[in-house]
This record gives sequence, structure tokens and C-alpha cells, in this order.
Amino acid sequence: MDFSSFNAALLIASLMVAATPVLLAAIGELVVERAGVLNLGVEGMMITGAICGFAVAVNTGSPMLGFVGAAAGSLVLSLLFALLTQLALANQVASGLSLTLFGLGLSSLIGQSYGGQKPPRAYRLDIPGISDIPFFGRAFLQHDMMVYVSLALVAGVWALLKYTRAGLILRAVGENHDAAHALGYKVITIRILAIAFGGACAGLGGAYLSLVRVPQWTDGMTAGAGWIALAIVVFASWKPWRALIGAYLFGGITVLQLNFQAAGVAVPVQLLSMSPYVITILVLVVISARSSGAGAAPASLGRLFHAGR
Amino acid sequence: MTQTLLKIDSLTKAYPGVVANSEVSFEIGEGEVHALLGENGAGKSTLVKMIYGLVKPDSGTMTLRGAPYAPPEPRAARGDGIAMVFQHFSLFDALNVAENIALGMENPPPMRDLAKRITQVSEAYGLPLDPSRIVGDLSAGERQRVEIIRCLLQDPKLLIMDEPTSVLTPQEVDILFQTLQKLSAEGTAILYISHKLEEIRTLCDRATILRLGKVVGACIPRDSTAREMAEMMVGGTLQIPTRERAELGEVALEIANLSAKSPSEFGTSLKDVSIRVRAGEVLGVGGVAGNGQDELLGVLSGEILSSPGAVRLKGKPVGKLGPTARRKLGLLTAPEERLGHAAAPDMSLTENALLTGSVREGLVSNGFLSWSKTRTFAEAIIKAFDVRTPGTENAARSLSGGNLQKFVIGREVLQRPEVLVVNQPTWGVDAAAAASIRQALLDLAQKGAAIICISQDLDELMEISDNFAALTEGRLSPPRSTQGLTVDQIGMMLGGAHGMEVAHDDAEKVLA
Repeated sequence: MDFSSFNAALLIASLMVAATPVLLAAIGELVVERAGVLNLGVEGMMITGAICGFAVAVNTGSPMLGFVGAAAGSLVLSLLFALLTQLALANQVASGLSLTLFGLGLSSLIGQSYGGQKPPRAYRLDIPGISDIPFFGRAFLQHDMMVYVSLALVAGVWALLKYTRAGLILRAVGENHDAAHALGYKVITIRILAIAFGGACAGLGGAYLSLVRVPQWTDGMTAGAGWIALAIVVFASWKPWRALIGAYLFGGITVLQLNFQAAGVAVPVQLLSMSPYVITILVLVVISARSSGAGAAPASLGRLFHAGR
Repeated sequence: MTQTLLKIDSLTKAYPGVVANSEVSFEIGEGEVHALLGENGAGKSTLVKMIYGLVKPDSGTMTLRGAPYAPPEPRAARGDGIAMVFQHFSLFDALNVAENIALGMENPPPMRDLAKRITQVSEAYGLPLDPSRIVGDLSAGERQRVEIIRCLLQDPKLLIMDEPTSVLTPQEVDILFQTLQKLSAEGTAILYISHKLEEIRTLCDRATILRLGKVVGACIPRDSTAREMAEMMVGGTLQIPTRERAELGEVALEIANLSAKSPSEFGTSLKDVSIRVRAGEVLGVGGVAGNGQDELLGVLSGEILSSPGAVRLKGKPVGKLGPTARRKLGLLTAPEERLGHAAAPDMSLTENALLTGSVREGLVSNGFLSWSKTRTFAEAIIKAFDVRTPGTENAARSLSGGNLQKFVIGREVLQRPEVLVVNQPTWGVDAAAAASIRQALLDLAQKGAAIICISQDLDELMEISDNFAALTEGRLSPPRSTQGLTVDQIGMMLGGAHGMEVAHDDAEKVLA
């Protein structure tokens, strides 16, 4: 075994990169679920975002436009889910699952001619003097913009939910949609907006995979990241900072096990590959079991709202 | 009378298949307490929803202080000084008191100022509340305070209250009435919806009576008797349940010093409960829901198990037996929640009849169901209890609350129980159906069954029970004979009004 290649600063840096796609998708889904909607289509929206972002970036040569295109593409897909569940009152679980299947198929259709291409390189943070600080600069200050965008989103969502009236109304809708309706809040409009936000975030997460992390296009490249994002939301008890912990834990173990694989640790590769999923879930289960746990779920989560009499 | 505040002129609202309101007209004066009376389904809720902007009328007009009034949404209604306290609380369990109140306001001040105002107003009106508490942990009475204070903070001109007293103890009702009278004296009009006629007689200046969506009369409640008003509501003479008191027999059911933990997180555990009911006796268990009622029913039905000797049926220990085994021995129960606990909403009446009747009616043999026998049983229930339904194959969900409740109670009564436990037998049921359900319970007792009736409706308990016991915070008081028992004494048994005080004189200043 050879651990000499381990470099703490590099590990932290690649941990953040590995965690960002899951974090983006999770923070979007967290908002959706806080509004009382269960969208199981995260995986489908992520992969759609991945190919949309890739296609736009390759054709325009601008990674920034690529991310915008990814968010827009997944947002449109999420509006399909909104149409089904909020206006046609379809079952959310079935709609979400079919959204995932649809997204996987759609992305490989769009992606047929993009296999093997290289996307343009994303802009990286480089503040002269500061980004070069030993260790700290390499670990935290030399990333591309999306890493910082994802962290800002976590802080933004946390502040929105905790301190603003809009956040209070969003939580109220997720908590008791009948009461919110009785008080005159537009439950369906608010939920559609939340679903659209969740879609855009999932798209950004997908594009981060195809434009930065990998970076290239292959069929099914999200490989379950959307499902991990869903699990993180639940086990983070719907709290933004815990979702951040969950995502970074997942990213950290992913990077670590890759390094273990590279160092030739005598553990079967398959076990190492599954370890990020298993350990992330286990740790989050322990955290949520100790605190309020499942009691923190939005009370109207996944329930149909019908503005009847 | 003073100036007219709100004038309602021939409002009509129809839903597919049913006209909820037809040409409804009446007026409310400033500072007037106006009662809206009617049975379930008379159209009271639809009417107030139109006033509050939740439902748009098909035709007709409303006039507020001389100006046309047609709120497109509740926000607009609130802006015009109309506030509403809902029947089923419109509160968010996971949020705290201040957040709940902020959600009901148009332009709430920052949380810190709001919390201060909540404390001030709540103390001024004798309704103490801690703004930082989570609503899910509050009692029913405290939750109502949240709703009322939410309305008061908006300085309403018209306060609509939909069945506000159904969850309160008599003392809490007194204090609520004093608060309302104070508001009325300050010029706030109150539209008060209730079917408790004595309350309306003490509180309201005028009453409008609705039946099947139409105004069928108006009266001055102080000058009318409760019976007159009830008959206007029902549109016929009211049968009041009657019984002859019979000799009580042997002890049929006994619970001795039973403590049981509640299975649900927000439930109330039972603490050292003892009960003795004799054959032919009706024991009324009063108290506000959430004080261990569901747990008491669970302990009796077999959903919550205890040590064998803690529950004895005719001397036999049954504490470890499940519901089916207890049913076999003659201990039957009818839980409170019609849709979901007492009946499976999407199953037909036949299937629902089978669910509790299979053992005692012999509807199952060698694991096979006898549908023909079951259908006969379901038909017998429908016939004996006058359940209005097209047939036995209709889903339980399709029946109105009163009809389904008659079915649920009838299903147990027809199985000839030795002991019958019912929880809220007439909750949300109109007066005529309630009377027939109570009569059925009395007839059953007459034939020698022991009955435990758990209810929040004290009038009901006084009417049918021989003995009364109060269940508060999981503790059951010793039973007292209902003969000669006064409402005040019951109130004391129920623990009075927790932490409430009469409105102070400086309430006005705080609101100003």
C-alpha cells in the first residue's frame, strides 16, 4: 500500500468538488419537500441538466451559459411534474418515478452525438495572493464558481426559511395545506414555484457533473446521485446545514475510497465503491434518530391538495 | 338597533348536485352578536366562507357599511376588518405561536415586536399565551386562544366564530363569553355559529336560522326557548330521548388502578384509572378531547394491552386479550373517528359490517367469508337505524357524517354487546340523528348492557348517563350520580379553566 500520495489540501478540495452535485440537488429538493411536495424525479432532472448543460456549453463555448441552460432544461422538466401533480392531481410518488425514467431516456436521446467530446473549462477562482495561501488556499479558494454558488444557496435557503415571511409561508404550506388555503395563501402557486426551484437546482447539480467533475458526457452518468440527494434531505431532517454535512460526508468518503482504490488497499473495489452510500446513510440515520427525527417531516409531505369547498 | 355593518342580500351558492345556500339574506349591526343556527349541512359554513372570501357566491350581493363588498380572497376580507376563528383550527402544529399568528396577519411586525404584542393583548383579554411555544404541544383551549388573538391583533370589525366552544370546559366557555361581550361592547360585531342553543341564549342578540340552505326564520334568542329554536332548525318536533331507570345488575366491567402509556407521541398517558360499570348502567366520561379519551378507549377495546387483571369483564381477566377476543366475550367498542378508525372509508358498508361483526354474527366459517349473511346484517343495521344510503354496496366515505355514525353505532348495538364503549357518539351529527343514537344507547342499557359513553358534550352526558366521571390529563375522577349534578360542579371536576382569567379593563388601551 502506498499512502504517500495522500495530500490533505487536495483531499479537501476534491471532497468539495465531489459533494457539490449532490448538495445542489439536495438543497433544491429540501425546498420542494418543505413546501409539502415529494418529487422523486431528482435523478431524472439531474441527468437532464447534465446533458442540457453539456450541450449548451459545447455549442456556445461558455460554461456559464451551460449552467444556465442546465437549470432551464431541468426547470422545464420539473414543470411537467408540477403540471401532473399540482394541476392534474396525479400521485406524487408515481409521477416522480416516471420523471426519473423519462429524464434518463430523454438525456440519452439528446446526448447521442455528444459522447467523447470535451466541454470548455469552467472558470476557477483565483484571487492573486489569497488563493495561493498554502493549504487553505489550495483546499478552499481555488474552486470553480459553482462550489461557492452551492454554499451560498445553502446559506440563502437557511436564511429564507428561518427569517423571512416568504419562508414562513412556504413552511406553512408544507405543514398544513388546508389551513394555509383557509388563510388565503395560494398553495398551488407556491408549490409550483418550489418545484421549479428544485428542478433548477437539480439541473445545476447534473451540469456540475458533466462540465466540471467528470467532465464529459456518458449515458446514466449521475449513477444514483439524485437518489442520494433525496436520502440526504430526509436524514438531514429537512434542515439545510445538515444537508450540507450529509453531502460533504458523501463527497468525502467518495474521494477517500477512490484514493484507497488508487493506493491498492486490500478491500474489494465493489465494497469501497458502495461505502459512500452506506456510510452517509448510516451517519445521517444516527444523527436523525438522536434528534427530533422523523417528527421533523413536513406534515403535508406528499399529500394531495385539492382546493375544494 | 345601531347602524348596519354587513347586509347580506339573497346570496346563492350551488355545488354540483346540492344547493348550499339559496337566497340567503340578513343583516348584522355594529357591535351586535348575531347567531347563525342550523343543522349540519344547513349551509352555515358555506355562508361564512363567502363572507370571508374563500368561496365566491353564484349570485346575490353583500354590503359592508353601505359600500358593495365582494372579497376575491381572504386577504381582502381581512383588509376590510373581517376576521374568522375556524371550527377545525387553521393552525400549523410544527410552528410556534408567534409564527402562526404572523401567518394570519396582512402586514405582521418583526417577530420580536409581534411577540411583545401577543403577550400584551393576551394578558389584557385574560387569555395568557407564550408566543414561543410550539402549537403542536398546546391544549385545545390554548389553540383556540391562538386563533382568537390572531383575530384581535387585526382590530376586526366583524369576528366570525365557527363552533368555538365545542372543545372548551364550562369555565373556559364563561371566560370566552366575557371576552366576546367585551369586544361587542367595544363595537366589534360577532357572527356566532353554534348548535348549542343555551349558549346562544346567553350570548347572542339576534339569531338567523338556516335549514337546507334557506333562511327559515329569525328570533331574539333571549325571548325564545331552546326547544323552539331547535324545532325551527329541524323543521319538525324533536324527539327527546327517554328512559326508565332500571335496577342495576352485577358489575359488568371493572378496571382497577390501571396506568397505560399512550402509544402516540402527543397522546396523554392514563394514570391510575379505576372504573366499575354495572349491567344496565350508563357511565358518562366527560372531558376535553386529548386528555386520555383515545387511550381509555384503546385500553377497553384491546388496542392497548395491559396486565390481565387490570381489565375484568364480568370477573374474567381480559387485559391481555386483543380486540377480537374481547368482542367474542361481549365487550364491544365504537371509536370516535368515523373515517379511518371506526370505519374503513373506501370499503363498502357490507365490508365494514364484516370488519367488526365477523365474530359475533358468525360471518366467517373456516376462513371463508359469507357475503350473503354479511349483506343481511348490513341491511339490518341500515333498516334498524334509518341510515340514509342507496344501498349496502356504497362506500362508507359517501355517507354523510350523521348517517355513517348511525351505521357505526348500529353495527355494535345489533351485535348484542354485554358492555359497549362509545367515544363521541354524536360528534358532528345533527340533532335528529343524535337523538336517535342516544335513544338506541338507552334502549340497550334498558336491556341490561353496561355502557361507557366518552364524550365532550356535557349536555349529552347529563341526558343519558346514570353516573358521571371526568377524565382530565389521564386521570379519572370518582364517578358521581348525574341526578342533581350542576354544570358548575362538572366544571370543577374537569379541573376548571387552566390559567385563564377574566378580561382586564385595560384591554382596550392595549388594542388601541
